[in-house]
Amino acid sequence: MTWVLENLDLLGSRLLAHVLQAIPPILLAFVLSLPIAKLIAVRGWLRTSLTAGAGLLYAIPSLPLFIVLPLFLGTSIRSPLNIVVALTIYGLALMVPSASEALRAVSGDTLRAATAQGYAPLQRFWQVELPLAGPALVAGLRVLAVSTVSLVTVGGVLGVPSLGMLFIDGFQRGILEEILSGIVLTVALALLLDLLIVLGARVALPWARTPRRKGARA
Amino acid sequence: MTQLLEALAWIADPTRWSGPGSIPVRLLEHLWYTLLGVGIAALVAIPVGLLVGHTRRGRGPVVALSGAARALPTLGLVTLFGLWLGIGLTAPVLAFVILAIPSLLAGAYSACEAVDPRTVDAARAQGMTEWQILTRVEVPLGLPLLIGGVRLAAVQVVATVMLASYIGNGGLGRFIFLGLNLSDYPQMLGGSILVVALALVIDLALRLVERLTAPRGAART
Repeated sequence: MTWVLENLDLLGSRLLAHVLQAIPPILLAFVLSLPIAKLIAVRGWLRTSLTAGAGLLYAIPSLPLFIVLPLFLGTSIRSPLNIVVALTIYGLALMVPSASEALRAVSGDTLRAATAQGYAPLQRFWQVELPLAGPALVAGLRVLAVSTVSLVTVGGVLGVPSLGMLFIDGFQRGILEEILSGIVLTVALALLLDLLIVLGARVALPWARTPRRKGARA
Repeated sequence: MTQLLEALAWIADPTRWSGPGSIPVRLLEHLWYTLLGVGIAALVAIPVGLLVGHTRRGRGPVVALSGAARALPTLGLVTLFGLWLGIGLTAPVLAFVILAIPSLLAGAYSACEAVDPRTVDAARAQGMTEWQILTRVEVPLGLPLLIGGVRLAAVQVVATVMLASYIGNGGLGRFIFLGLNLSDYPQMLGGSILVVALALVIDLALRLVERLTAPRGAART
């Protein structure tokens, strides 16, 4: 405990760096996944091939991706930008299949009814399709946020400052408290983001508040 | 792109294909650790998952557990156990097992859950015991999902084995960390290519097993 109290500054700066590397990929992957999902949701062959591709991409371990990417980005291997791009790619691999499923689950009858009522295509997407797909999109976003926060730590082995550096530094210097505080802060940050997403969804999607019983839709 | 060529030349160098610490040795170490981690985790997680799926009890805690496990940083566990338990196989294998359990649990219980309850009731009406229902109806029908859980666990462990090289274990991650220490980018890149290839081969092989174990005649979703 004394180590933690003596190093609050270090923990704070690592946490801040971690947040700055985790938030952009989460937002980018979520926002970019929506148009891609919309594009592929109605095209069967494109959806199956992209979903399969995303599955394979997700099988690639993160560290090799961090190492290979600078070849294409021209960044240094220790650049946070490199981490952000890599994690956005992972986020898309996770989010695109989940978002396309969410959009596909919206009833076609409802969409046709909206068209019949005079909704223009773009208006229908924003005002009918997206809100109805909302709860399933939020479920995908939660998985995306939690796994991204955890993946940022891997950059620590390359020397990119984040909570992951606490593991490396703690291991090299034999400070158990440092590693433990890194783990606790990573998990706490993931759970906090998860909680914020759940609360945000409650405000944005008030109709989804009553938990639907399993199978009630069938 | 010259760096990519250098990395390929690094892999192709015949001196790296024989002797201690060569690519085949590291590859076998990597596979062995993965098998050990997934195997031990499967012994624990698959029976528990099947029990949860069959009885439909305890689903809440299991789902919560697999959700929470996603937040656990793998590198943190590896370094924590490494420091705690010292050099040897115990520390990394413990981390592999912990990280493999959630996917295996989820795969096993969803394998049972995905079976149509009417099919299970029909089996029960025909006089099958609960054990027979599990082994002759639920497991055969849900096998692709069970294997899917094994696949996710294996991919996760392959990545973790790579990180465990950092605390002094073998495996293909050695090349990456050696390259990192020497600022030898071709070696890092070469090691990375090998790890990616291994992960993809394991993923594709288990996807194939998933296809092959899909029960004939059952509707594929």
